[in-house]
Amino acid sequence: MKVRIFVTLKPGVLDPQGRAIHHALGSLGFEGVDDVRAGKLFEIEVADTTTDEQLDGMCRQLLANTVIENYRIERL
Amino acid sequence: MKTAVIVFPGSNCDRDLAVALREVTGTEPAMVWHGETDLPEGVGLVAVPGGFSYGDYLRSGAIAARSPVMRAVVEGANKGLPVLGVCNGFQVLTEAGLLPGALMRNAGLNFVCRDVPLVVDNAQTSFTARYEAGETIRVPVAHHDGNYFADAETLDRLEGEGRVAFRYGEDVNGSARNIAGLINAAGNVLGMMPHPERRIEGAHGGTDGRRLFEGLVEAVGA
Repeated sequence: MKVRIFVTLKPGVLDPQGRAIHHALGSLGFEGVDDVRAGKLFEIEVADTTTDEQLDGMCRQLLANTVIENYRIERL
Repeated sequence: MKTAVIVFPGSNCDRDLAVALREVTGTEPAMVWHGETDLPEGVGLVAVPGGFSYGDYLRSGAIAARSPVMRAVVEGANKGLPVLGVCNGFQVLTEAGLLPGALMRNAGLNFVCRDVPLVVDNAQTSFTARYEAGETIRVPVAHHDGNYFADAETLDRLEGEGRVAFRYGEDVNGSARNIAGLINAAGNVLGMMPHPERRIEGAHGGTDGRRLFEGLVEAVGA
């Protein structure tokens, strides 16, 4: 089974990389971009028997730093 | 006193730390590879060095914090073993949960590599005993991810408990409240982004970092 895990910065946490990407989009002439937040996407192949708790544990213990990041798990 | 320096793949300040520890203790530190599951018998101080452990993959310090040797370091730290983390070592200690908060990409996005003024905020710790509170020292930084973040409530608590050991004397990387170095609640763990081991003898251009090691060894080595 394939699982996608999205890791994003929590609201309110400054994202200097997102800001730089935002500026770069502006300098390429793309108008109307209000904000950019950069994040991470993990595509993981797991056994079909993998539980939600196990996926949650992977996020909490390694994939996300919950001090600064939120995560969302999507089973495909 | 027996000391140990942890070595991860990608550490690059491990030997600088070893020299600093040897200078002040007179004994060669044990260099402990990340795959070890135990610390050497009788170690009284552990240093986690700067560098780019595991290529900074995932997040700086994230993979190193889950390495076998760090389980032993965390276990030791929770029993009172003194642990010093410098630069990447600070990132590793936050990722390992020994210190609160996180170190994010520098606010200006640039790698910052220069001497910075560092104000000693709390001189009552075993790491800062040889400094005066409020004293400004000069120590170099060399990092890309030194922007300290914690929520406002945590920052208030850390300040209220005297947990801020060092602050930058100017804005260096966007760190919350200019925090450059923190201790844990028990006072036996210090993480700091600046490199005291790079200022221990005159040829380094200054000796402001040396007192950290001298004070620490005196405090814990008895």
